Amino acid sequence: MSKNVIVAGLTVFVIVALFPFWFNIGNTNAAPEAELSAKAKAAKKCVLDKYDMRANHMSLLDDWRDTVVRDSKRVYKAANGKTFGMSLSTGEDSCMGCHVDKEKFCDKCHNYVSVAPSCWECHTDPKEVTQ
Amino acid sequence: MSKELKPDQLLDKIDHTPSCGNWMDTPVHIRPGMYCYAAKAESVETLGLPNARPWNPTDDDWKLPENWKEIIHNAIKERLERFRTFKIFMDICVRCGACADKCHFFLGTGDPKNMPVLRAELLRSVYRNDFTKAAQILKMIPGGEKLSGGRPMTLDVLKEWWYYFFQCTECRRCSVFCPYGIDTAEITIMAREIFNLLGLNIDWIATPISNCYKTGNHLGIQPHAFKEMIEFFTDDIEEITGVNVEPQFNKKGADILFITPSGDVFADPGTYTCQGYLILFKYLKDKYGLDVTWSTYASEGGNFGFFTSHETMKRLNAKMYAEAKRLGVKWILGGECGHMWRVIHQYMDTMNGPADFLEEPVNPITGTKFENAKSTKMVHITEFTADLIRHGKLELDKGRNANRIMTYHDSCNTSRGMGLLDEPRYVLQNVCDNFFEMPSNTIREQTFCCGSGSGLNAGENMELRMAGGLPRANAVKYVHEKFGVNTLGTICAIDRAALSTLMEYWVPDVKVYGIHELVGNALILQGEKERETDLRCDPLPGMEEEEDE
Amino acid sequence: MNQKYMLPLAGVFLLFLLAYAGVEGVGLQWLFGIVIPYLAVIAFIYGFVNRVMCWAGSAVPFRIPTTCGQQKSFPWIKQNRIDNPDTAIGVFIRMLFEIFLFRSLFRNTKAAFNRDENNKLTYSWEIFLWLGALAFHYGFLVVTLRHLRFFLEPVPASLAFLEYLDGIVQIGLPGVFVSGIVLLAAALFLLARRIFDAKVSYISLAADYFPLFLIIGIAATGIAMRYFTKVDITGVKEFTMGLVTFHPVIPPGVGGLFYAHVLMVSVLFAYFPMSKLMHAGGIFLSPTRNMANNTRAKRHINPWNYAVDVHTYEQYEDHFREKMIEAGLPVDKEE
Repeated sequence: MSKNVIVAGLTVFVIVALFPFWFNIGNTNAAPEAELSAKAKAAKKCVLDKYDMRANHMSLLDDWRDTVVRDSKRVYKAANGKTFGMSLSTGEDSCMGCHVDKEKFCDKCHNYVSVAPSCWECHTDPKEVTQ
Repeated sequence: MSKELKPDQLLDKIDHTPSCGNWMDTPVHIRPGMYCYAAKAESVETLGLPNARPWNPTDDDWKLPENWKEIIHNAIKERLERFRTFKIFMDICVRCGACADKCHFFLGTGDPKNMPVLRAELLRSVYRNDFTKAAQILKMIPGGEKLSGGRPMTLDVLKEWWYYFFQCTECRRCSVFCPYGIDTAEITIMAREIFNLLGLNIDWIATPISNCYKTGNHLGIQPHAFKEMIEFFTDDIEEITGVNVEPQFNKKGADILFITPSGDVFADPGTYTCQGYLILFKYLKDKYGLDVTWSTYASEGGNFGFFTSHETMKRLNAKMYAEAKRLGVKWILGGECGHMWRVIHQYMDTMNGPADFLEEPVNPITGTKFENAKSTKMVHITEFTADLIRHGKLELDKGRNANRIMTYHDSCNTSRGMGLLDEPRYVLQNVCDNFFEMPSNTIREQTFCCGSGSGLNAGENMELRMAGGLPRANAVKYVHEKFGVNTLGTICAIDRAALSTLMEYWVPDVKVYGIHELVGNALILQGEKERETDLRCDPLPGMEEEEDE
Repeated sequence: MNQKYMLPLAGVFLLFLLAYAGVEGVGLQWLFGIVIPYLAVIAFIYGFVNRVMCWAGSAVPFRIPTTCGQQKSFPWIKQNRIDNPDTAIGVFIRMLFEIFLFRSLFRNTKAAFNRDENNKLTYSWEIFLWLGALAFHYGFLVVTLRHLRFFLEPVPASLAFLEYLDGIVQIGLPGVFVSGIVLLAAALFLLARRIFDAKVSYISLAADYFPLFLIIGIAATGIAMRYFTKVDITGVKEFTMGLVTFHPVIPPGVGGLFYAHVLMVSVLFAYFPMSKLMHAGGIFLSPTRNMANNTRAKRHINPWNYAVDVHTYEQYEDHFREKMIEAGLPVDKEE
């Protein structure tokens, strides 16, 4: 293989290897901040701590689903003493009862990290229904 | 030695499971039967190679030059720059072990240092120590030296190199299986170049190259003797066929210069192959007026220089083009040989070309252009003969080979360094009816070496040769028992000699034939008498009874 | 022999602890999250390019492909155009097969010798090394590509599609990515082979175990974070995006395990160019594979082809003239 071919190959390699650096040129590094609704702000406390929530909410919802379906237990008592309805979208004490805006609360981060949760394959955004 | 070591004893020794422990801590033991004698001083001197002196591999003192470590270091450095193969093969092996059980020497001896990867590691470990940054960084950590897999050059390491790089026949079988194409032959070639800088060649290579340089062939046959020997074959052929084949020597203005290994002129059963060539050329001369000449100056097709150094290879090979130019032939025809063809196919034109004084080879009888040889201008005799047969230009009596139940051994160099696989088979099947292939893992590009290639076909290393040839012999034994095969066809001069010994040891009922010996038997010469025997003076099929009566 | 893998294993553990303790105990997020990753990328790119250029700087004096099939000779003999190519296109296809399908490894056989009355050497097709290697490399590739979701904003649709395919088994929550499991399993298989296959164990060096342990460590921490211990991935992406946009940030609430993962990846990158892992670049340059077998048809040029001493015909004739004349051989100069 001639030197020119090798240099061309290496150039391609470097360009590909540095892809994330040039792809994001002009991007400001702002992670989306989930927007809390007025109600959520007022409530101050959620089911778990902020970072615990950010990391673990999907497991929590999974647990809830199993508990509701298998044990028909519908009330969750959080560590901070508050109680919540174990539901994603039904009732004022469900997740969406407080975090009313799916687009601003859920989708923002999910889209940012390319996560496609299967929640919405069954559940609907209550806002959509009322509209 | 084979005389003492019976096949059963040799088989008892085979164990393919290496013991635990570190190979670097296992010292080398240079064992009789496994190594070749040291090069004689006078043979080393002929070509002006360094450090000519008498020495003995089993002595502690190898009489090396004072600065031998420096010579090795510089030699590696220079070769890393000259050969990208060497540099890449030093760097990228992942030790996956795919090559481990592909080497005939490992299969035959069970010595783990005969696994191609470990053979290469012998050198690679020193390379890592001396030339890589990783090792230099690790050396700064206490105990890090062991982590790098490197080791410093010592006399024991050199002896280990010498022992094991003269247990590699450069057959390239490992390279077929390596996911990166790492070719241990290439590493062995480098190691042997380094040995020659220190005067550490073996005599079985050094003396042939010295002979070849001076007299034109490995065996040191002088011109008049060369002519006499071939004329002796002429007499034999006349006795058998009634035709004088009239060979020509050093003839200016001939159409074609023919070059074949001198082994074919010297030793049975190659001599019968040589007679086959003579019969073919006589036939073509009478029938089509083709003018072929032999040369006493370029009377060696083989090139043991290839097993010495690239430079020596070039020095010996130069005679072919020089002689073709001097004689004014159109192109060159090459006989049946293995490493000769690796050199011609992959090196000659690059080293000693361009051959612009020759014509692009065309078969004048059939009009076929040998497109694949248009620059090097040298054609393999099985390509040439296959083309003649294909065009119906040869009158062949297959019946004369009817008692030959054939199998065919692909020689390493023509299969893995060239890809000459179907041409010899085509010729073979047109001169003989009974042909059976050996198992597919042992033929074509996966063929096993005879165990004696690359200059290791000496007498003193017989145990090594018989062990290394075991995989080949084992496959022959298989077809011998299954199909009653009694003849092993080959297109390599070293094979003809080495496989004969090997068969005698492992499969005594099988004889070794060159393809053109079979052609010589089958070809019907103009004006020949009714043949009663083949070229070996054994009765032809159908003639036995008459003799018995 | 233990030393050969115990030390690399200890080394990888040490790396893990270093980052974990450094972050959890001393708060060295900036070191393990920012300084080391940047240095690693520089070392990787520079080292890789440097190594390949170093190879490119060596000559290719001879055209010596390993031919693995019938050569091109006559139109009536079928050439194996891929395993014994004589054209650039043939070589290109051969290389594609080697690089993407590990064709040579696919040929692998296992030899066995039975010492009995037959004393047969047998060869059987051995596909597991090929399968393991292929699973390992493709697992690694998909995992790497999937990680681009942390480094690109917005995330391209093609990447989302890849994630969809990778998660197609739809087990668990978060859904299982097959590639990660395949990568870990294949790496463990390759490790087991190295330890338990006597031949491979005998040839293995510390340098063979270290990258395996490192990759196993990376895969294990990654899998742990995704399925078990959980991590705030929005915070993680904030961090990775910070790196690639040169505005590094340390996100709150991301713990030591993540930095251990990052450190091991960084070490893998930095270690890559000075190790056997460079086979990734070397496979492209291997002269026994990337050259056409047309040496007799097309002259190859050796850049350092120097003149050598030869024994000329004149010298030869001078030496043997009398004998040649006597034998009736033609000579150039009668004296």
